[in-house]
Parts: sequence; C-alpha cells; structure tokens
Amino acid sequence: MIIGRELEQTLREQTPRVLAVLVRRYGDFAGCEDAVQQALLAAAEQWPAAGVPANPTGWLVRVAARRWVEQWRSDAARRRREELAASRQPPGPNPVPDTEDTLTLLMLCCHPALTPASQIAITLRAVGGLSTGEIARAFLVPEATMAQRISRAKQAIKASGAQFSTPPPEELPDRLAAVLHVLYLTFNEGYTATSGTALTRVDLTAEAIRLTRQLHDALPDNGEVTGLLALQLLTDARRPARARPDGALIPLAEQDRARWDTQAITEGTALIGGALAAAPVGPYQLQAAIAALHDEAASYQATDWPQILTLYQLLESLAPGPMITLNRIIAHAMVHGPAAGLHELAAAEADPALADHHRTHAVRAHLLDETGDTDAARAEYQLAAQRTLSIPEQLYLQARAAALPH
Amino acid sequence: MQYVILIYSNPASRQTFDALPPARRKAGLNAFRALNEQLTRSGEMLATALLADPSLAKQVHVSHGQTVTGDGPFAEAKEHLAGFYLIDCDDIDTAIAYGAQVHEAAAGVDLIEVRPVMTFNADEM
Repeated sequence: MIIGRELEQTLREQTPRVLAVLVRRYGDFAGCEDAVQQALLAAAEQWPAAGVPANPTGWLVRVAARRWVEQWRSDAARRRREELAASRQPPGPNPVPDTEDTLTLLMLCCHPALTPASQIAITLRAVGGLSTGEIARAFLVPEATMAQRISRAKQAIKASGAQFSTPPPEELPDRLAAVLHVLYLTFNEGYTATSGTALTRVDLTAEAIRLTRQLHDALPDNGEVTGLLALQLLTDARRPARARPDGALIPLAEQDRARWDTQAITEGTALIGGALAAAPVGPYQLQAAIAALHDEAASYQATDWPQILTLYQLLESLAPGPMITLNRIIAHAMVHGPAAGLHELAAAEADPALADHHRTHAVRAHLLDETGDTDAARAEYQLAAQRTLSIPEQLYLQARAAALPH
Repeated sequence: MQYVILIYSNPASRQTFDALPPARRKAGLNAFRALNEQLTRSGEMLATALLADPSLAKQVHVSHGQTVTGDGPFAEAKEHLAGFYLIDCDDIDTAIAYGAQVHEAAAGVDLIEVRPVMTFNADEM
C-alpha cells in the first residue's frame, strides 16, 4: 500500500506509545503487538480518505484494544477468564511519559533471551512500527522467514517471563548495551546496503537514527547513547558520496567531500563534543570522535591522522576487535609511513581472526602499493578480491589490481 | 550471514541409497522433514529443494542469440547436485552443524559443501 511519507512517519511515531498503553492494560505483549499492527494497518487504510483524527493516539489505542479483545474472545482457551478481565477497571490516563515507554519497550525487545536477528526484527516492528513485509525486504529475506523470527522473538520474551517494566538497576547497563548494539547493527545494515531503492526497501539508516534519537530523548545524559547517535549522523553524512550511481564504491580518500551532508555533520559534531566533555568515554563516543575528525577534514591527506591514531589506540584497549586493529594500522601508516604500517600488520596477523582475512589482504595491498611494490600489491588485491563476500567490494578490489602498472 | 548447503551425490552413493531397506529410507526423509521444521521455526530457513534425477536435467547454452538445449549431465560428470539449502544463520560453524545434519539424514549423499553467499552490501573503505 502506498501512503504518504508524512502519514507513515506519524504512524511509526505512534507505535511505541500505543503499544505501551495496551501492554500496560492487558499485560500480553505478543497479543498486544499483533493488535497494534492491525490498528496501524487500519489507520493506513482509513486516514488518507477520512483524514487524521484529532487524537491519533486515542484512535489507535481504541482500534487496537478492540482488536485485542476480539482476538482474545475468539481464543477458546481463554474464554473462561473473560468475565474476570471484563470486570477489570479501565485504566486511567497514562501516568508515564512517552520517552520512558519507548525505553522500556526497547529493553523488552532487546531482551538477552533473544538472538540478535530476532532482537532487530521485533524492535523494528514493535518500536519502529514497520510491517513484517517491510522488515523482510529490508533484510532481503522471505517474508515467511521474517514472520517466523518475529513470532519466535515474542515466544522467547513470553518464556523469559520478562515484564513491561524497567529492569532492575543492576541489569540496566547490560540491557542498555544490548539496545545500543541492536540500533548499531540496524544502522549498519542500512548503511552497507548498496542495492535496493527507497521504493522497495525501508531506509534502515533513517529508521535506526530515528529510534536512537528517541532513546537519546529518554536518556539525554548517557554518553554512549549520545555517542551512538553522533556516530550514526556523522557516518550517514557521507552516504551521498560513498557510491557511484551504478553502485560502484568510492573509498573515503576519493569521495567528493562537497557532497557530504553538512547539517548532519554539524549536529553530530556538537553531540559528540558535548558527550566527550561531560560523560565517561566509551566505544561509541570514540568511534563518533573518529568519524567527526574525518568529516571535518578538507581532504584525506589533511585529516588529523595523529589524533585518529590516538583514538584508535584508546578504542583498541577499551573494546578490542580485528577491524579496530586494522583501522588503527591504517592510521599508523598515515602517520608513520607505509613501511611502519606493514610492520604493524605483520604483527597483527598473529590474531587468527585477521590471518588471511580479505581486509588484511586489502590493507597490505594498499600499503605495498604505497611503497612502490606494485607486483606484490597486485597479488594481495587479488587475494582480497577472492575472499570478500561483498560483490561491490570485489569489483572495486579487482579494479585496483587491474589499475596497477606492470 | 547467508550460507548455501550443497548436497552432492554420485551413481555409487545413489545405488547405496536405493539398496537401503524402505524403513531406513523413510527414516532419512523424516530426518529431512525434522530439519526443515527446525530451520523454519528458528527463522533461519530461506529456501531448500531436493532436485530431481539428473537424467531429467537440460543443459542450456546460448549461441549467437539462439538458445540451445541438450540432455542430461555431461557423461563424464561423477558428482551431481542433488539438493540445497539456503540459510541465514550466525556463522559458518552453525551452517556446518546443519550441513552435518543433512549428511546424517541423507544416506545417498556423497558430499556436503557449505559456502558463504555473496551480498551487495559493502562497508566503508
């Protein structure tokens, strides 16, 4: 169904609000979530002709509640308990602010009992208001597969006994970390996509930024939440320049920086500046700070590489990972020269995660090219091209190999 | 991460399968059904198919804009593709474990191959 972009946004923003009201009233997350999806569908069908009601939340809550009760009544196993529920007092006005509802829902959807794939799927549906079909197309999997993941996620939430309430304080840091990871993965899925258009695929980067913004509204003083939002904005700012119209990749060094989104850069830079000044430092803040340095540089050469190197060293000690190491080595080579970079790379390959990884070959190819050893560089580009799972990256690496003089 | 599990057979392993008692063959089919249900329930199944006998295959060539077809597999082919799974799971070790389940289920299988699927996604470089 084609509905206006504005209406679509309104409906998605209503989703966590309406769902929170229902879950608080009936307690049954899985059933309420289904009912809210049906209410969103009804709104998408009726509002374009009838107009948006004066109180959209009230409308959606009313329709969703009716759907939930209908479903509940038709469920024979529960028929006996019907009278009990009918005698319940109708709830008063919502005493909890919307932002807190969104946070509680996010934590429920990113419950540790769920696999990351299920966490992402249920978050996009229950908090993001996307339909199963939209989520399936965004991840390029069949709709039946995605429906199964969502239903499994709901079963896992139910089986875990998790309630719609703020987790105990000792669990909060881990639960929040899980939410941030899901929003990071969702953003990344959208950002790395080079195929599909807005017509066929939901923009997962925009969706991740929107949800991270909501989380930031709920927790404005949390440095890592601010860091993630800044990282997303500062990375997404470069999207208009990262690929050619045919999908071919343009590396950071060759991007037309005039095409970067200055508004997003301004906002992201201000966010990360404020967070670094006020909060204890964390991995998302460090990555955002690195992104900010790239975004502020007039060119690849004019980038503040010494500071980027320092930030990567800090990041590597705080949250080590093979890709962080490789990026640190690239920065090392920019500061100390390609030979020094090759030396670091040889040492890093002791990590089995980096040995024979396509990125390791690609970095070595680049550094060898810089030292003038074009034959060795060509061979490394070819090894990298054979090992990558990304078709655009493979085309890029093959082109680099072919462009080297014999 | 998406992986394809390729199921290869050959005439000898096919004969072994055909010679099995019906109960053993039925148990194999049930194991396949159970695996399919497991993968569907977990949300990891993207597609699967068991392929018809290779004698029913058509070779397709296009020459000077003309589509030319031929019968069956090449005579010298020892292995043939008997079926496949396309799954979306966490890592290759998970995919290998499913591959082992396929091998267990299919008595007529000569070889299971697990391969990562390429994507159109790309990280920044």
